[in-house]
Amino acid sequence: MPIMIHYDTRPTDRRDARRICNQKSKLFDNMITDIENDVEPFVAGVWNDTIDVRDFVMKNMTPYDGDASFLQPATEDTELLFDICKQAVKEELANNGVRSIDPSTISRINSHAAGYISEPHEKIVGLQTDELLKRAIKPYGGPRVVEKACNEHGIELDPKVKEIFQYTKSHNDGVFSAYTSEIRKYRSLGFLTGLPDNYARGRIIGDYRRLALYGADKLIEFKKADLENMDSPMDDYKIRLREEISDQIIALKEMINLGERYGLDLKRPAANAREAVQWVYMAYLAAVKEQDGAAMSLGNTSTFLDIYIERDIKAGIITESEAQEYIDQLVMKLRMVRHLRMAAYEEIFAGDPTWVTEAIGGMDHCGGHKVTKTSFRYLQTLYNLGPSPEPNLTVLWSPSLPEGFKKFCAKVSVDTSSIQYENDDLMRKVRGSDDYGIACCVSYQEIGKQIQFFGARCNLAKTLLLAINAGKCENTGTEVVAGIPALKNEVLDFEEVMGNFKIAMKEIARVYVDSMNIIHFMHDKYYYERAQLALVDTDPKINVAYGIAGLSIVADSLSAIKHAKVTPIRNEDGLAVDFKIEGEFPCYGNDDDRVDELATGITSHFNDQLAEYPTYKNAEPTMSVLTITSNVSYGKKTGATPDGRAKGVAFAPGANPMHGRDTHGAIASLNSVAKLKYESAQDGISNTMSLIPKTLGNDDQTRVNNLTAVMDGYFTRGAHHLNVNVLSRETLYKAMEHPEEYPQLTIRVSGYAVNFVRLTRDQQLEVISRSFFDKM
Amino acid sequence: MQTLQDTKTLNVHSIESFGTYDGPGIRMVVFLQGCEFRCLYCGNADTFDCDAGDKTHIDDLFKEATHMKSYFSNGGGITFSGGEPCLQAKKLIPLMKRLKEEGMHICLDTNGHILNHYVEEMLQYVDLVLLDVKHIDSDQHEKITGRTNENTLKFAEYLEANQKQFWLRYVLVPDLSDQLEALHRLGQHFQDYTQLQKVEIQPYHKLGVHKWELMGMEYQLPNTPQNTPEQIAFAKDIYEQYFRDVVVN
Repeated sequence: MPIMIHYDTRPTDRRDARRICNQKSKLFDNMITDIENDVEPFVAGVWNDTIDVRDFVMKNMTPYDGDASFLQPATEDTELLFDICKQAVKEELANNGVRSIDPSTISRINSHAAGYISEPHEKIVGLQTDELLKRAIKPYGGPRVVEKACNEHGIELDPKVKEIFQYTKSHNDGVFSAYTSEIRKYRSLGFLTGLPDNYARGRIIGDYRRLALYGADKLIEFKKADLENMDSPMDDYKIRLREEISDQIIALKEMINLGERYGLDLKRPAANAREAVQWVYMAYLAAVKEQDGAAMSLGNTSTFLDIYIERDIKAGIITESEAQEYIDQLVMKLRMVRHLRMAAYEEIFAGDPTWVTEAIGGMDHCGGHKVTKTSFRYLQTLYNLGPSPEPNLTVLWSPSLPEGFKKFCAKVSVDTSSIQYENDDLMRKVRGSDDYGIACCVSYQEIGKQIQFFGARCNLAKTLLLAINAGKCENTGTEVVAGIPALKNEVLDFEEVMGNFKIAMKEIARVYVDSMNIIHFMHDKYYYERAQLALVDTDPKINVAYGIAGLSIVADSLSAIKHAKVTPIRNEDGLAVDFKIEGEFPCYGNDDDRVDELATGITSHFNDQLAEYPTYKNAEPTMSVLTITSNVSYGKKTGATPDGRAKGVAFAPGANPMHGRDTHGAIASLNSVAKLKYESAQDGISNTMSLIPKTLGNDDQTRVNNLTAVMDGYFTRGAHHLNVNVLSRETLYKAMEHPEEYPQLTIRVSGYAVNFVRLTRDQQLEVISRSFFDKM
Repeated sequence: MQTLQDTKTLNVHSIESFGTYDGPGIRMVVFLQGCEFRCLYCGNADTFDCDAGDKTHIDDLFKEATHMKSYFSNGGGITFSGGEPCLQAKKLIPLMKRLKEEGMHICLDTNGHILNHYVEEMLQYVDLVLLDVKHIDSDQHEKITGRTNENTLKFAEYLEANQKQFWLRYVLVPDLSDQLEALHRLGQHFQDYTQLQKVEIQPYHKLGVHKWELMGMEYQLPNTPQNTPEQIAFAKDIYEQYFRDVVVN
C-alpha cells in the first residue's frame, strides 16, 4: 500500500525561516508570556493554526553537532530526591516487588491526591498516586487479574470495587463473551500467546507535547470542532467517533484538574522550559494513571523540549545545570512509574517493565538531523541517575547523524548497556514520517497521527509441528487445523512439510486475526484510552501489530529438513516426540543464504497471510519478530523441533539466531538478521547483541569507535533494530544460567575467539575467571 | 593430482566475523588451517594439521567479506590468520586480489617462516602484516616453536626493504619469553625498522588448553602461570624504550 506523505519537505534553513516568518499568529497573542521574559518568540508556521507539533519542531529546533563536553552532573536536589527513590525501590524489592498498594481507589486521572517525593526539592512534580511507588488498581482490563495481584501481595481488593464489576463489564469479560471456540483452543494450547485479553493493550502513544505547545483549552477547542463536524446522518462509524471524542474532551478537562492539584495551569501553553517539561510529564502522567498498558511509551520529546530549553538558556533565564535538572527529574519520575501486575505476567514480560520508550535523534525529511543538546541530556541521565532499563531510551540511528552524538551513544552503551538502536533511515523511508516514536520495544508509530493495536504473537515453531503431525497439537494430540494430511514419507520431505506448513499458517493467521478484532473491539468499548487519544488526531491511522515467535527455530528446522536427513520419532499416537537428524545443515545466524532465505521467506509469507483478512476499524496489518522475554515460556509450550531443539527448550529471543549456532561471530550473525525484510515485518525486527567490553576492543576509545562502526554497518545492511549489551562479569554468570538470552556472547583475546555459551560449565567458569583478569 | 576445485578452496579452520584484536577496526578474521610451528602455548592447537578444516570456496569467503564491508568504516577489513596463512599463499592470491579490487583493507597474521614467490606475490595485496615473533633468541625460538627464528627475522627484513608496514606481536610467556635480556635484544633488533608501526604484547592465556585435550594432545605448559599485571607492565616498559606505540592486547 502506498504511503502518503503530506509533509512540507522544502529544505529549510531554520534561521532564514525565522527571519521570514518572524511574526506571531493572532491565535497566540494572548497565550505566550514570553514578552515579559525577554525571550525570542517562536518561529510561526502551520502549527499556529492547526495542531502540528512537527511543524513547530522543524521550524524552531536547534540541531547540535558538538560533543558531550557541555553536560552537567546532577544537582543536589536531584541527588537528594533520587536517594529517596533508591531507598523506596529497595523497600519495594524487599517486599516481594511491591512497596504498597491502594486496593480501594480505581485509578483515574483525578483519583488520587497530589503525591511528592520531597516537595521542596522537586522541579518537576507529579506521581501516579499520593505516595511514591504506591501502586493503583486499574480493573477495567479485568478485575480478577487485579484481585489476584492484590492477593499475591497479601492485600484484599476492596469489596466496593468487586461490587462495581457486578454491574458493569470489563475488557476481559467483553472479550471472552465474544471469543470463538477455536480462538479459545488456539490460545489455551499455546499457538496464540500473551494476547492482551485480560490486561491493557498499551502501545498507544499520546502526543504529550501537545499539552505543552497548545495548552488544554486549545486542545479542547479543536476536539470540539471535530465533534461538531461529525454530524448527521449518524452511522456506526460516526457514533463511535462521537463517543470517543466526547470521552477525550472529558479527559482533557480532567487533566486541567490534575494540574490544579499540583498548582499548575495546564489550560494554557507552557511558557518556559520548566513548564514545557512539566506539561509534557503531566500529560503522560494522566495516561499512566488511567492505563496500565503493557507498554506506555513517552514518544519523541527531547528535541521538542530542547526548543524551550535553548530559548531560556539563550535569554539567560536558566543555566545548563538547571536544564539538566529538569530532564533528570523528568526521567526520575518516569523511572518511578509502576503498574500492578500479577505474578503470571512475569512469564511474558519479566522484570516489571513499563516501556516508557523515548525515541531520540534521527534525521528529518529535509536531510538535516534532529539531534539537539537535550538528546544528549536525556542520555546523560544514565550517568546522573545511573544505568536503568526505564525509560527505554531508543536512539533513532542513521550513519548521517553527527559524529559527536554517535560517539556519545556508543559510550553510553559501553558504560551502561541501557540503550537500544533503531534504523531511522529505514523507518523514514518505509513508513513515511520523520516525527515518530517507538511503541513498546521496536514499533514505529507516527506521533499524534497514528496508533497501534497490540497483538502479542503467535508461536510459529509450534505451527510448524502441525505440519508434521497432521494438524494435531504435538503435546496433546488435539486436532487444531483440519485438512492437513498425514505425511506420506517417514523421512521428512521439504516440499511435503512446506505444503502442510502453509496450510497451518493460513489457519493460524485466520484465527489470530479474529482474536485481534475481538480484543480491540472490546478494549475500545471497555477500556478506551481517552487520555492518550485526547492527544492524538481524531480518527487516526491504525496499525494492528501482529507478531511471531520462534523464527530461528522454524528457519533451522526447515534447513535441517532440506539439507540433512530428518526422521521423526513418533509415539503410539503418531505424534512426533523427537527427531533423528543425520548430516549437516546450515543454521540461521552465519550469513548463509541457504538458510537465511528460509527465514526471510517464512516471515514474508506469514505477513502476507495475516494481511488476507479484514480488520477491526480497517487497521493496517503489520507484524513483528519480537518476543520480549516470552521466548522462554513459548519454548516450554513447544515440543521437540526438527532442528534438534529438545522439547521445552527456550526459543532464541526475537529475530535472534538460536544460541550457540551462530559460529561465525557477531557480524555474521547480525548480517543474517539484517536480511529479514522490514517491509514484511513493519512492526519491528528485534535483535539483541551481547558482548563483553573486551570483545569490543582494548580501550574505551576503540570500543566506542568499534561499536559506532557496528551500528553504521548493521543499519547500512538494512537491519531494523539492535539491543546492545556490553556485559559485566555478573552478566556472564547470568549467561551461564540462561544461555538462550546471550546467543552471541563472544570471548575474544588476540588470535582466539570462542562462543561463551558453547563452552562447558567448567570452561565458562574458567573464562570468567580469566577474561576479567586485567580488570581486577 | 589437484582438481580445479582444489585450487579455489582454502582449508579454513573457522571464521570470526567480529575481530577487534587482529588489526585495526572491525575485522573479518579467517583462521586458516595448518601450521609448521608447534608453539608450546598455542591457543589454536586445532589448527596444526594441514589437512583438517573446512574446504571453503574462495567465492563464499569473498561474498561473506563483501557483506561485512559496511562495518569497516573505522579502518577495518579482513585478516588472514591461522594456523599459518602463508602455507596457502598460492590460493590466497586470487582471493586477496578480488578483495583489494573491492577496496578492502587486508591484514596478514603470520609467523614469517615462509617467504617463497607465492608469499611475495601475496604480500603485494596485503596492507598490513601482523608479524608474530616468538623469541629473539634462535635457540629459545626453536624451543618454543620447533623452528629457528632465522626465517622470521628475514621476513621482517623483507618487509622493511619492500616498505610493507607491519605490527610486531609478541606473546609474553612467564619464564619462556619474558627474560629481561631477550626483551632488550628484541628492542635493539627492531628499533630502527621504519615499517614497524606498533608492538603488541599478548599476555599468555590458557583459553586454548581444552583444544589440546580435544586433539588428544598433552598441553605443554601445564604449570605455567598467567602473567601478573606487574610482569606485563615491566615488559611494556622495556619495549617503550625502543618503540613509540606499544599496546597490551
